[in-house]
Amino acid sequence: MSEIVLTNIKKSFGGDEEVLRGIDLHIKEGEFLVLLGPSGCGKTTLLRLIAGLDTATSGDIQIGGARVNHIPAAKRGLAMVFQSYALYPHMTVRGNLAFGLRLAKVPQAEIAKRVEQVARTLEITQLLDRKPRALSGGQRQRVAIGRAIARNPIAFLFDEPLSNLDAALRVQMRLELARLHHRLKTTMIYVTHDQMEAMTLADRIVVMHAGVIQQVGRAMDLYQHPVNRFVAEFIGSPKMNLFPCQGHIDGNRTRVNLANKVQLSLQVKRKKRNGEIATLGIRPEHLNPTAARAGDCQGVIKVVEQLGDNTYLYVDVDGLGLVNMRVSPMKNYVIDDPIGISFDGDFCHLFAANGASLRANDAGPG
Amino acid sequence: MASRFPFKASLRPDTTGMKLKEMVNNFPFKTLFISILAWLVALIIFFPIYWMILTAFKTEIDAFNTPPLFFNFDATLENFGIVQQRSDYLKFFSNSVMVAGGSTLIAMVVAVPAVWSMAFHPTRRTKGVLMWMLSTKMLPPVGVLVPIYLLLKNAGLLDTLTGLIIIMTLINLPILIWMLFTYFKEVPPDILEASRMDGAHAWQEIIFILLPLALPGMVSSALLIIILAWNEAFWTLNLTASDAAPLTAFIASYSSPEGLFWAKLSAASTMAIAPIMVLGWFCQRQLVRGLTFGAVK
Repeated sequence: MSEIVLTNIKKSFGGDEEVLRGIDLHIKEGEFLVLLGPSGCGKTTLLRLIAGLDTATSGDIQIGGARVNHIPAAKRGLAMVFQSYALYPHMTVRGNLAFGLRLAKVPQAEIAKRVEQVARTLEITQLLDRKPRALSGGQRQRVAIGRAIARNPIAFLFDEPLSNLDAALRVQMRLELARLHHRLKTTMIYVTHDQMEAMTLADRIVVMHAGVIQQVGRAMDLYQHPVNRFVAEFIGSPKMNLFPCQGHIDGNRTRVNLANKVQLSLQVKRKKRNGEIATLGIRPEHLNPTAARAGDCQGVIKVVEQLGDNTYLYVDVDGLGLVNMRVSPMKNYVIDDPIGISFDGDFCHLFAANGASLRANDAGPG
Repeated sequence: MASRFPFKASLRPDTTGMKLKEMVNNFPFKTLFISILAWLVALIIFFPIYWMILTAFKTEIDAFNTPPLFFNFDATLENFGIVQQRSDYLKFFSNSVMVAGGSTLIAMVVAVPAVWSMAFHPTRRTKGVLMWMLSTKMLPPVGVLVPIYLLLKNAGLLDTLTGLIIIMTLINLPILIWMLFTYFKEVPPDILEASRMDGAHAWQEIIFILLPLALPGMVSSALLIIILAWNEAFWTLNLTASDAAPLTAFIASYSSPEGLFWAKLSAASTMAIAPIMVLGWFCQRQLVRGLTFGAVK
């Protein structure tokens, strides 16, 4: 029993401004849940509330069915991996791994066995007698994770654990974390601002912004069916193109007027909410290049980004600004050439003036 | 450019037209100047102590001689003998040790949890509390002499070690708290939080994690507080008579109404400060770190 239930969590640090404004979340047993959002969105605060390092202003936190609001961090049975690793600098790696077990009065022999076992799992056996300052960043990270594993916690809490590592090491540790979760099958709550980490690791992602949960879902749900403009823009790299527009959803066909008299006729396959459209969003891969005078709109290529597997064009379209589109890397595009763009109507995201998606309940394409 | 920025200019190998200022800034001259200056300052600071030690080995007549005698006198140990005969040095010494050691120990026990809470669990009022503590050190002690004297008198603690230790603890506590505060602030809070996540209660967190990490700072703070308590004269002279009198009272007893006995006074002073000087000498590194902490990082 290690499911974690948050009910209407609010938090403010003095003053009137709320960092968290009513968080409801049900974290299932064994789940890998990622809290994703830009800095200052409250994700780390939420993690610290779950950990017990801070107390919520109001709301309830339940772990395994028991209300833990007033139970101190030391007694919640959770383990946390900090962004700064926060190893005990005056203890050896062995001491770091054993500290929690020693506090729990586990017999010496058992501690030694457990430390060995954890060290073997993380391949840090040869480092056991070193002090943290004699370790590299990646090794420290392993020890920090090892310290968390050693205690056999109800759930793991990760606070941006990979952000201090270099890019190559980050990818490697990301893989190892995924394997670790697969093997341990323990609940993991992981805070990050990196959507790559979120999308590769998470069973479910919680997108947060300004102290409010924007959307909870699997990576592909968030990518394909963002419920509002914020999620649409935040998930996906490069970003989704967003254009101000006018239009109205009525029936199965929808007509949308973009600036510069670009008119799109969209086929909406399934049920959607009727309403005024204020913004149209479309991802770079759903814009197709056409001949210069064809397509839904025309522009001039300003930037060509060749990434090897893909090429991205930034096309200056009169009235729409720079439009980012993905094109085949096999074709040659030249800066300042004119180009036509056709919109894939099935993949257009339509947002109301308040930012909410007008197709939120639509299973949609793909 | 070279004349406008002599410091930068002096770093360049091309020194044509070097001015005096630039020459001073050049390595050997600079070092020499600073060395001479440092020695001069050190000698000025050390001179009274030197003079005291010197006088301790003179006869009373030599001690009053004008012009002062620097080397051409017959050294004698008789002052030390007379001083030891007249008053029991060991008793004063042990009182000093008890007061300095005891008050530092108690202050430490009170300060550590207090500073832990202020450094790692601050509230809106923490800053105010710290400033209030500091403000108590801005009062002239004589301002509270009468009330404190009466308090101790009514409690029957005048001229007792207990009373003196209580007062000494209280007057040094603000300094200790301020010093420990800066040291504790240097310990990353993440590490303490990690220990909490590992299951440590507040006390385990302090004892197993915070104290080992802050140990160098605590040692230098404790040394400084011991020295302050050892040398404290205002309260020790006013609140003790004989039973609890520490070495400060021992010294003062030689500036008596019957006249000043410079040589004996110097001998007593030398005996009084010798232990703390030896302690200071052996703990130089910690002390310097304590006094200049935060200046260099």
